[in-house]
Amino acid sequence: MPSDTTSRDTLISIRNVEKHFGKVTALNGVSVDIREGEFFSLLGPSGCGKTTLLRMISGFEMPSAGDIHIGGEDMSEVPPNLRPTNMVFQSYAIFPHLTVAENVGYGLKKQRLAKAELAARVDEALALVDLDGYGTREPHALSGGQRQRVALARALIMKPKVLLLDEPLSALDKKLREAMQSELRHLQRTVGITFVLVTHDQEEALTMSDRIAVMFDGRISQLDTPEGIYKKPADQRVASFIGVMNFLPAQVTSASDRTLGIDVAALGKLSCPQDDRFAKGDKLKVGIRPEMLTIVYDGEKAEKNSVPAKVADIAYYGDMTYYDVVFGDGSHSASVSMRNTAGRPILPIGAMTRIRWGPESIVLLED
Amino acid sequence: MKSASPSLLTYAVIYLIFLYAPILLLPIFAFNDSAIIALPLSGFTFDWFYLLWETEALHQALYNSLTIAIITAVISTILGIFAARASARYDFPAKRGIVGFIMVPLVLPEIIVGVALLVVLVQLGLALSSWTVIIGHVLICTPFSIAILASAFRNLDISLEEASLDLGESQVGTFFRVILPLVTPGIISSLLIAFTISLDEFIIAFFLTGTDVTLPVYIWGQLRFPARLPSVMALGFLMVILSLMLLLTAEYFRRRANRLSGAADTDKGLF
Amino acid sequence: MAEAASKQRKRPALRFLSPNEWRGLALISPALGYAVLMLAAPLLLVFLLSMWTQNYLDLDTTLTFANYREAITDPLYRLLMIRSIIISGIVTVVTVILAYPVAYFVAFYGGPRKSMWLLLITIPFWTSYLIRIFLWKVILGYNGVVNSSLLGLGLIEEPLTIILYNANAVVITLAHAWAPFAILPIYVALSRIDTSLLEAARDLGDGPVRRFFRVTLPLSMSGVVAATLIVFIPTVGDYVTPRLLGGTNGLMIANMIQIQFGKANNAPLGSALAVSAMVIVASISIAYVLLNRRFLKSRG
Repeated sequence: MPSDTTSRDTLISIRNVEKHFGKVTALNGVSVDIREGEFFSLLGPSGCGKTTLLRMISGFEMPSAGDIHIGGEDMSEVPPNLRPTNMVFQSYAIFPHLTVAENVGYGLKKQRLAKAELAARVDEALALVDLDGYGTREPHALSGGQRQRVALARALIMKPKVLLLDEPLSALDKKLREAMQSELRHLQRTVGITFVLVTHDQEEALTMSDRIAVMFDGRISQLDTPEGIYKKPADQRVASFIGVMNFLPAQVTSASDRTLGIDVAALGKLSCPQDDRFAKGDKLKVGIRPEMLTIVYDGEKAEKNSVPAKVADIAYYGDMTYYDVVFGDGSHSASVSMRNTAGRPILPIGAMTRIRWGPESIVLLED
Repeated sequence: MKSASPSLLTYAVIYLIFLYAPILLLPIFAFNDSAIIALPLSGFTFDWFYLLWETEALHQALYNSLTIAIITAVISTILGIFAARASARYDFPAKRGIVGFIMVPLVLPEIIVGVALLVVLVQLGLALSSWTVIIGHVLICTPFSIAILASAFRNLDISLEEASLDLGESQVGTFFRVILPLVTPGIISSLLIAFTISLDEFIIAFFLTGTDVTLPVYIWGQLRFPARLPSVMALGFLMVILSLMLLLTAEYFRRRANRLSGAADTDKGLF
Repeated sequence: MAEAASKQRKRPALRFLSPNEWRGLALISPALGYAVLMLAAPLLLVFLLSMWTQNYLDLDTTLTFANYREAITDPLYRLLMIRSIIISGIVTVVTVILAYPVAYFVAFYGGPRKSMWLLLITIPFWTSYLIRIFLWKVILGYNGVVNSSLLGLGLIEEPLTIILYNANAVVITLAHAWAPFAILPIYVALSRIDTSLLEAARDLGDGPVRRFFRVTLPLSMSGVVAATLIVFIPTVGDYVTPRLLGGTNGLMIANMIQIQFGKANNAPLGSALAVSAMVIVASISIAYVLLNRRFLKSRG
């Protein structure tokens, strides 16, 4: 579980930042506070402005409007080389003419350390990323994963207040990517530095981050913990970008001080806690995650929150099976995921069954 | 890749033979034991090379040419570094027009360059010297330097520069610690090409040279005397060997530049 | 904590250009300054000089078009100018037509040895221009390689004289000297062609010849245009080849310009000839580019 960082101080304060490239608006009024020591992710599809925001924190882009403060200091006149930030580039940007040790020690040159101390610092940084003894290697002899570690060591040796990571795992294959996810998370806890990660991979953001800002079209759509974003997505775009979500049309039938009565297509009537966004007669969408829907097997007792459905398609994943089911009259369908535990047969296509859901697992989304 | 078409291949080979025909004659006449440059051959000799060794005027011309070529190469490469960096990395108003104008000497007949500079020098009352030749040579060599260096700069991953800045290095420091080492092969290649062009250039030198003639101008003078032709052949043979070595070195560095910057070979040869 | 109120970013006053634009201009300015000082200004002076008059040792600086009148009306100058353009035109056509198949071969069949072919093609260009030209005299001369071989084979009784000291010799020599300049732009244009277009044409049932004229040639036209200009413009002003191989019937305008600046000591007339040559060549080049553009457009 993510560590609790809610009580910590703000390190990076971004206020009403806009960025226009000619007529194109890359960022359209972004405000967010990033806290000391947290693993923060900017998540969104390509072109949402996340990389532009990261490059503004690092100083490679200047905001067209708005302010960025780091550690309470206004950054508007501070060039990249004087900012307390360091970056791991998407391409890693390892200097091809320098050895691994020269790459890692690159930023320390200005500090005019004694030779022995410089070597010790470099060795320490290499040890931090498990590259002990790689100092004399040439960059072209390194694998993608090793290059990434060099890039990390080269940035961390500077002891920045903030480490910025621009899609650092996108160039790695799946296995390596998953291993690096937990390693990065572990590394961040070890060094205690604020990490700001840019990614388009929702799984990456969910597994690593303390908090995530989901971005679309130059704005932050939702800022929350991974759990909050997964369980309570703010709108349909966030809901469908993070994981898989079934959407069913619904309408508010009654609204009182404490409850909201809604009529959901295929599932029927149910009652939810009161929600300011909706009034009687409003149309909305109901979102349910596939794992919140359950197939009722023969012999199990059909409870009240269940409806008949037919299996339309199956995707078998070994530990899980995904079913596409069509409800009663055939006009609505949903995806259902079931863990393949003992005694649960895989249903064939065309099988008639019942689907059960819990009203508490339903998310109301504006239409 | 498709299999080679036999007729096209044959044509290409014949074309290459046509391209190389004159050069291949050089060694034949350079070592031919006859004062007349004509067939049939008579015998083998090193005499013409000895003669070169003993001709003082030739040595002076060679010295002049080498001095001019070295200075030209340095100046045009320095101009080329700045201009190539600008054209590869930055956008600015009228960029196409400005770069196009600087590249004009590539197509301008050299006699025009020679005439234009001569007119200025005469009007200003300046004496012709090796420096006046250098002025003209820098003009025609700079476009070549820019072309070579622009490709070296273009192949440079911009995130390497950003990484250097990000690690606390200044703009100037970044230039010396990252950019310069990575484009060094391109710089060497540019130096060699400019040197080769200057060493071979005749027309501009013909117009602008003073009493210290360059090697091509010296050769031009020799061409009028049939008795000197065999030693000109020998000289030409040596110059071809020298050009070839310079050229292959330049090509080696150009490819190394591309490899270093991680770019695929752009296959543009020396242009 | 940073709690500064957001504000519109201040822009320094009167900053019409971004810092990067300034940097680009600053970096290009040495080369630009050099070209302006050593090329543009001298060319302007040549133009000015062409409207002055030489009176033996003195220059009359009254502006006049007399030199241009002479340059255009004098039959000798007119002959040299027309001959220069015709010879250069023939050289260009021959060079480009001979070069195209080689560029085509290297671009499409060069395989992994493309760079080697290009290097082989460019090497002769870098060897001493003067000596290369002179060697053609050896090849084409009365006792030259061609005549000796043909005599030896019994194909001719008397040495041929039509291949030296005339326009033919100039054409052959220049076509040889400028070959790499024609090959490279065509090669670049050809190698940019997306081969899937050629495959699409094949799928549509075009034969190889039709495919070439309908797809390959139009798509490589930019390279052909560049090659044409790169060969045509400088060869009009070539000095060495006509002087060494042209005899009296093969002399070109550059030789006359040199004479005016040298022996004849009439720099204003030489300048007028140089300016006229540049203007004529530039007009022909521009007309050629425009016609070509219209031709390509009309084919859609």
